[in-house]
Amino acid sequence: MITAKNIWKRYNDQVVLERINISVNEGEFVTLVGASGCGKSTFLKMLLGIESPSTGDLLLDNQPIRTEPDSDRGIVFQHYSVFPHMTVLENVMAARAFARKGFSGYLFGQAKRDARTAALEILEQVGLSHAITRYPHELSGGMRQRLAIAQALLGKPRILLLDEPFGALDPGIRADMHQLVLDLWRTYKLTVFMVTHDLKEGFYLGTRLWVFDKVRHDPQAPSAYGATITYDLPIGKIDTSLYEQIDNQLRPVIIPDEPSMETPTHD
Amino acid sequence: MKRILNIKPSRFSALCLGLLPLLICVVIYMIASDLRLEANPNDKLLPSFSQMGEAWSRMALTPNVRTGEYIFWVDTWSSLQRLLLGMLIAASVGLLIGLLTGALPLMGATFSPLITVLSLIPPLALLPILFIVFGLGELSKVALIAIGITPFIARDIQRRTQEIPIEQLIKAQTLGANTAQVLIRVLLPQLMPKLLDAVRLSLGAGWLFLIAAEAIASTDGLGYRIFLVRRYMSMDVILPYVAWITCLAFILDQVLALLSRKLFPWHVKGGH
Repeated sequence: MITAKNIWKRYNDQVVLERINISVNEGEFVTLVGASGCGKSTFLKMLLGIESPSTGDLLLDNQPIRTEPDSDRGIVFQHYSVFPHMTVLENVMAARAFARKGFSGYLFGQAKRDARTAALEILEQVGLSHAITRYPHELSGGMRQRLAIAQALLGKPRILLLDEPFGALDPGIRADMHQLVLDLWRTYKLTVFMVTHDLKEGFYLGTRLWVFDKVRHDPQAPSAYGATITYDLPIGKIDTSLYEQIDNQLRPVIIPDEPSMETPTHD
Repeated sequence: MKRILNIKPSRFSALCLGLLPLLICVVIYMIASDLRLEANPNDKLLPSFSQMGEAWSRMALTPNVRTGEYIFWVDTWSSLQRLLLGMLIAASVGLLIGLLTGALPLMGATFSPLITVLSLIPPLALLPILFIVFGLGELSKVALIAIGITPFIARDIQRRTQEIPIEQLIKAQTLGANTAQVLIRVLLPQLMPKLLDAVRLSLGAGWLFLIAAEAIASTDGLGYRIFLVRRYMSMDVILPYVAWITCLAFILDQVLALLSRKLFPWHVKGGH
């Protein structure tokens, strides 16, 4: 369904991505992992249509993918994915309203009743039926992401893009969300791309794992080479030693989150 | 002993502390007024509260001998009409311009420089032009308020529009929304509380333009009255009028704040 042919992405003379050649079939669940700033989010933005490759082609059904967001591709961001001025129910119903042609984006009459039924159904599925009259700021982080997913699903996308959707959640809630996403993926037969920086999450979820990393380094010009997909692994056929090897590659330092590690050493 | 930095007054003592300076001002005024009136009972500069009360009841509670009108209320009504009409026009036009220039990069590129230039013109300098173009009637006063405040509101709303996270616009588009739907369903409702805030902030300027316009050419209005009686040094009329204008400004501000809370319960700080 999706094919990338020798994609490069540059910002001025900084290369972010290079030599991306992949193809993805309908119904696959791809997780994208890599260190921060390695271009995995950039690749997701290309799939979404808000960034385009500097060179190379990104094809959806053998056609160049549209360079603006549309209803083929649903998205859940880490933050700001729902509309703060609408209740939970209104947020989901808005998905129906936006799917119709029209000027105002408001629904009336029969269309409104239909949208309400569909919205209640999907809110039931994601476990939010007890909170339909609440506003997003009254929800917990996990509930807000459930809402964002419900909203995206009602838009009936073929491809669901998840940009570190559970990055801000507690581990316990994260496990629930994993289960939810897997269930919905099977039910709706979606093609899912999920960016995460949690390698374990990448291994646990999905059918396919991509690791983004730089293979070429120029110490004099760190931005001369970009990252590419260094591993493209089918899930379920990997042994632990490979997991540790990738884990070490992504996080070569034992102590993460040490601020001093990120400060430049020389000027 | 706690650091003074950490000492917080209770609700009641905060209220007392807040009233204290006001009370002191009133007492100082009364003493100064008494002293002057004792020296010269015909002194007009610092009238006593009873003199002000008499003047006020003459304006507000007794019909005018010549016209039969209650001048105080006629003045209030005319001024409020002008102010509210001007603010309404400024808010509507400002919202429209701000929304379009903030949300659509094409509109922003085209009109932002023009709005910036227009907002730099001192509105009072335009007053003579307005009098020439629109005459000395109501229109020129309303126009001054509208012209003076629209650029401020437009720029504020433009900035607020751009502050709305891009993620929301992308999300709406992935659900199939077209440009009009994003503007009307996603951006506009979120801008309404911001608009009320902008109107509250610009009410002060609104009063300024109103009183200036009324002072120069009018036949009624709060600003007209205080500039008229200035000729007779009628401080006993001017001071109640100033207090009344302040009171009106306070009420308008509070009404807008209340509206914002009631109409937009989702608009809380830090919510997203």
